[in-house]
Amino acid sequence: MNAQAPALRDPRLNRPEPFTPPLGDGGFFQRDRSIHPPAHAPGYKSSVLRSPRQSLLSIENSVSEITGPVFGHNDLGPLDNDLIRNYAKDGDPVGERIIVHGRVLDETGRGVPNTLVEFWQANAGGRYRHKKDTYLAPIDPNFGGCGRALTDDTGYYYFRTVKPGPYPWRNFVNSWRPAHIHFSVFGSGFAQRLITQMYFEGDPLIPVCPILTTIPDKDALDRLVAPLDLNASTPFDSLAYRFDIVLRGQRSTYFENRTAGN
Amino acid sequence: MPQPLNYLKETASQTAGPYVHIGLIPAMAGFDIFEKNFSNVLVAPNTKGERITLEGKVLDGSGSPLRDVLLEIWQANAAGRYNHPADRSAGALEQEFRGWGRGGSDFDTGLVTFETIKPGAIIDKAGRKCAPHINVWIVARGINIGLNTRLYFSDEEAANAADPVLNLVEPPVRRKTLIATRSERGGKAVYSFTINLQGAEETVFFDV
Ligand SMILES: [Fe+2]
Repeated sequence: MNAQAPALRDPRLNRPEPFTPPLGDGGFFQRDRSIHPPAHAPGYKSSVLRSPRQSLLSIENSVSEITGPVFGHNDLGPLDNDLIRNYAKDGDPVGERIIVHGRVLDETGRGVPNTLVEFWQANAGGRYRHKKDTYLAPIDPNFGGCGRALTDDTGYYYFRTVKPGPYPWRNFVNSWRPAHIHFSVFGSGFAQRLITQMYFEGDPLIPVCPILTTIPDKDALDRLVAPLDLNASTPFDSLAYRFDIVLRGQRSTYFENRTAGN
Repeated sequence: MPQPLNYLKETASQTAGPYVHIGLIPAMAGFDIFEKNFSNVLVAPNTKGERITLEGKVLDGSGSPLRDVLLEIWQANAAGRYNHPADRSAGALEQEFRGWGRGGSDFDTGLVTFETIKPGAIIDKAGRKCAPHINVWIVARGINIGLNTRLYFSDEEAANAADPVLNLVEPPVRRKTLIATRSERGGKAVYSFTINLQGAEETVFFDV
């Protein structure tokens, strides 16, 4: 790898005051399913046989839903948020060097601290390091394509990677995925669990993607598109894209022994 | 116009896709990258409780197993306590038992397994006793938003009959779609489940 290139550092421009939200043990806000893709979306053919047809049974959140796994820095390695370095064998991976950064927030706008964010993607040519991916674009020997980070006390996360390429897939005979990065986020309770995908500003494949267009709400779709964040780029090194992720908000406690300020 | 409420909107879900293993279980994608990996083994030698194997499949609308599905489970320990600060119930916490695991289905058979312990009964906020159960979250190619369901245990008939969530399931005949069946293999308890995404036996999924 390139010994001259600097190590990844925190690209944040200004740091909000650390704010640990009060520990909620009320239920999460009702999920607004009108901004999510429906389970059955015939334009995305794989969903047809894999979508439940009965109504979901709505249940009030119990302790089973408001709790969820807790992760810590012990779960991660030092290069987990540096996809340029975490699989490098004899050099840096090929592709446009980018930083992706943002905050995990809840619907009230508070940062979600200490939550696990995982991400995975194709390489610059649109090929995944996966034994089931047979696309003809080559594997990059220096690129694994996955990483993870824990948000800080303000909900902030960042990682470095190369910009993924678009790739073809079997839906219609000429279906192509826009460049994207897959994200998995936990939040504080299992009912906040979310998997989504981040897209890149200006990609002409966005409006024609059969997976993206499963989202019925134009604003919800736009919120998956990360803008170029030139101010956070590293001159002569990496461009930056900004991607905030919003998880469900939570009511504060209704317990009698509520703590002060809650 | 009234004052705006200014809540943010939840980020839209997108499918985990066929290559979800790269990010979440890289060993299944065929490579080794992280120093520490998450897995389908929740138990450590000192974990309290009865060791169980959970095993099952997720079937699509044609009855075929999904061979690229990923399941996560979230459960209380043997004392009925979740390892999370919002669980303030009386059961003893075991710091080393996180209570969470993830597993991918076998690429040939579609079988998903977990090595865990049978959780204890849970006391809900109203003070009611809930039958022991494991919370399940399902993602895959073709699943646009993660599916939430639960697994209860076939040998907990009395507790299941009184469980406040199971009792919400109508018609009652659908309750059995949430119950894993106990058997024994080599002296160890195995709970088997089938999650049907569609059809007459469609599993009950929750909007949590
Ligand atoms: Fe993808």
